[in-house]
Amino acid sequence: MAEAPHEAWITGIGILSCLGEGLDAHWQGFNASKPIIDTETFAPYIVHPLAAIDFDKQIPKKGDQRQMEPWQRIGTYAAGLALDSAGCKGNAALLGHMDMIVAAGGGERDEAVDGAILSALPKAARPDMFLNEHLMNDLRPTLFLAQLSNLLAGNISIVHGVTGSSRTFMGEELAGIDAVRIALARIRAGQSDIALVGGAYNGERSDLVMLFEFGDYCLKGEFRPVWDRQQADGFAIGSLGAFLVVESRAHAEARNAKPIARLSAAASGYAKRGPGATKDELGRLWSKVAGAVRPGSTAIISGATGAEPATGEEKGFLGLHPDLPVRATGTLIGHGLEPQMVMNVALAALAVNRGKLFPPCGGSSFERPMEGALTQAVVTGVGHWRGEGLALVEAVG
Amino acid sequence: MASYRDKSGRPVVVVTGMGVVTSLGAGKTENWDKLTAGESGIRAIKRFSTEGLRTRIAGTVDFVPVDPLTSPALASRLADMAAEEAIAQSGVGTKGHFPGPLFLAVAPVEVEWPQRQELAKASGANEAVTYTDLIRAASSGKFRHFHERFMFVSVADGLASKYGTEGAPISLSTACASGASAIQLGLEAIRRGETDAALCVATDGSVNVESLIRFSLLSALSMSNDPPQGASKPFAKNRDGFVMAEGAGALVLESYESATARGAKILGVLAGCGELADSFHRTRSSPDGKPIIGCMRNALDDAGLTPDDIDYINAHGTGTPENDKMECLCVSAVFGERAKQIPMSSNKSMIGHTLSAAGAVEAVVTLMTLEHQRIPPTINYNVPDPAILLDVVPNVARDAQMRRAISNSFGFGGQNVSLVMAREPA
Repeated sequence: MAEAPHEAWITGIGILSCLGEGLDAHWQGFNASKPIIDTETFAPYIVHPLAAIDFDKQIPKKGDQRQMEPWQRIGTYAAGLALDSAGCKGNAALLGHMDMIVAAGGGERDEAVDGAILSALPKAARPDMFLNEHLMNDLRPTLFLAQLSNLLAGNISIVHGVTGSSRTFMGEELAGIDAVRIALARIRAGQSDIALVGGAYNGERSDLVMLFEFGDYCLKGEFRPVWDRQQADGFAIGSLGAFLVVESRAHAEARNAKPIARLSAAASGYAKRGPGATKDELGRLWSKVAGAVRPGSTAIISGATGAEPATGEEKGFLGLHPDLPVRATGTLIGHGLEPQMVMNVALAALAVNRGKLFPPCGGSSFERPMEGALTQAVVTGVGHWRGEGLALVEAVG
Repeated sequence: MASYRDKSGRPVVVVTGMGVVTSLGAGKTENWDKLTAGESGIRAIKRFSTEGLRTRIAGTVDFVPVDPLTSPALASRLADMAAEEAIAQSGVGTKGHFPGPLFLAVAPVEVEWPQRQELAKASGANEAVTYTDLIRAASSGKFRHFHERFMFVSVADGLASKYGTEGAPISLSTACASGASAIQLGLEAIRRGETDAALCVATDGSVNVESLIRFSLLSALSMSNDPPQGASKPFAKNRDGFVMAEGAGALVLESYESATARGAKILGVLAGCGELADSFHRTRSSPDGKPIIGCMRNALDDAGLTPDDIDYINAHGTGTPENDKMECLCVSAVFGERAKQIPMSSNKSMIGHTLSAAGAVEAVVTLMTLEHQRIPPTINYNVPDPAILLDVVPNVARDAQMRRAISNSFGFGGQNVSLVMAREPA
């Protein structure tokens, strides 16, 4: 029969957001607890813009940068930070057998080309031919590669040399939830020793505001913490990059890598959405980790988006656990869909590693201060439309 | 009696149901008949005007009505047809409850031109249209259905709901290797003991004007428009690119033990899977072939086999000058002197390149090849390439004795996946 599951450690983290890049910047940002928002560029919609990043530091070749659109640059950069943090950067033998799971959305549009075509099409004598001609002439050939979902992984292979395997999951929030789950499941079962897992999101895109506005999901008007948006619900899209290096304890110890935290569990769910269904699904996922939770030294790092009814459902679930302090990171860094779960696992690992929880996000009254030592964190992820997830991150030692 | 565990002590994984839809038709029977007759499903594109385009042909699935037609809507319908056939054949589970997870290979999803035009019109902008206008129209509440249609998870959502698969469905893309990756994820889940069954589906309905033009701008597509049936020419000297196509493949994977326990017919064994990514270039393979060679070797290792155990190669065989050259080079490296004696054919010569679906469509065809002991040919092989010295089963189907086969899938972004399949458990 199968051997005992392998313990999995998080040995590297690479994160960037409106708060900056890296663990220290995020620790400072979450302790300062001041949301960084842009209310003008996409007014009346609110987004969390990416901090200024010098992409040369992780993507040295300008030629590589030119082949990418921003979402790929953010991800390739974050992946580089994670590999640096894990002490893997440049180790060809290690990178050559490192597995990779990327949670990705896709294609950035050339907004100018779309606008010009849409403006002229109704007046064209032969609209079909006009469209063909302008797509042929006006689309940059390389834009396609910058749009393809799996080309974030492709760029990470090229820029950083990660080639053991390359898989790209899609499906909005669920992509990141399952990327973490599958990476962990493979390591626990001995199917993988070390994996780079993460994703990226460029939230500063009109086509995405449009996509989510179809369903009335975008936050507009006055900014409030995610728990306090009942009157005008919605999420503020955030630009995020988040990657983890997860590896078996044995593999990490053999190369003298230090754990940031232990990734103890990751589960995904798929509620048939309707009143109460997401709350129940979170309860079902909770039952998988409940035995390991130690109230008093645990917190919940929530991926709540601020969009209803999902956020209300999660609030209902959290109400069943009033002894556990909660932090919805989306208040400070926004909602970045695919990488959201990975980012929150990273922030949970950061907090348990520092041994304390940061203050309530954006002063939300739903989140209460925590004074004592933090040794573990449960991470939730609830998709704005579909998908639920939960992970358990614990301090090592 | 064959063992329920493989040499590494893992559960043996078998296939108990298969479904397929391509430009050749719906279902295994029609596809098999046409594949072994050497028929092509490639035709002139009728779906949209191709005036002024360099490539005007594709393996479109035109016999499946979808209204309104979008790529994810067609992909959903094709996936549904393939899954229905596979689950019915397998007989696993009960109606509306498939006893395992769904792994779905699907093309990236985005809003398409007809919807963009509809929004522009609804916005009332009468001069320069910008995304500000489109967003204004989007926020009217009249386009709520667009949100659901253009979520990446939407294709999986429909399948998971209809077939009642367990847990969260995984949607994935490894470009043109996606179908094989979906099967690999199912294989791994069963080997981990998480489930006894998995539904692996791969689908693509991407022949729309912008997708065609994007591939065309990368100079990846055949421009041999006339006659369309002659355009896809894998391994021939005059090959000039691949032909975009649509389709879906579905496989029900089960642990051999649970399939046997319920008396299911075993269609074949998924003996192993290998992958290895390439860091050389976004669209080109490493010239030394190491990633592809390593990928095939990883698959053989995973199956506990050696190159001598393989009797047939189901090639990726896209018909692009670069792919076919590299694939042959790498097959020669892996199989050595024996490479020339192993038949290797490309289903894409007839079906075209079903992109995200190809790995699963071709896994289904490979298992039928083993079942029928008959090899579908590589058609349009009229001008041999002196650089390719392999047996590509030119133009005419052939009977052969085969126990095991390997199927290759390679994709943009350095994706390489190989599957090893066997006719029956060892």
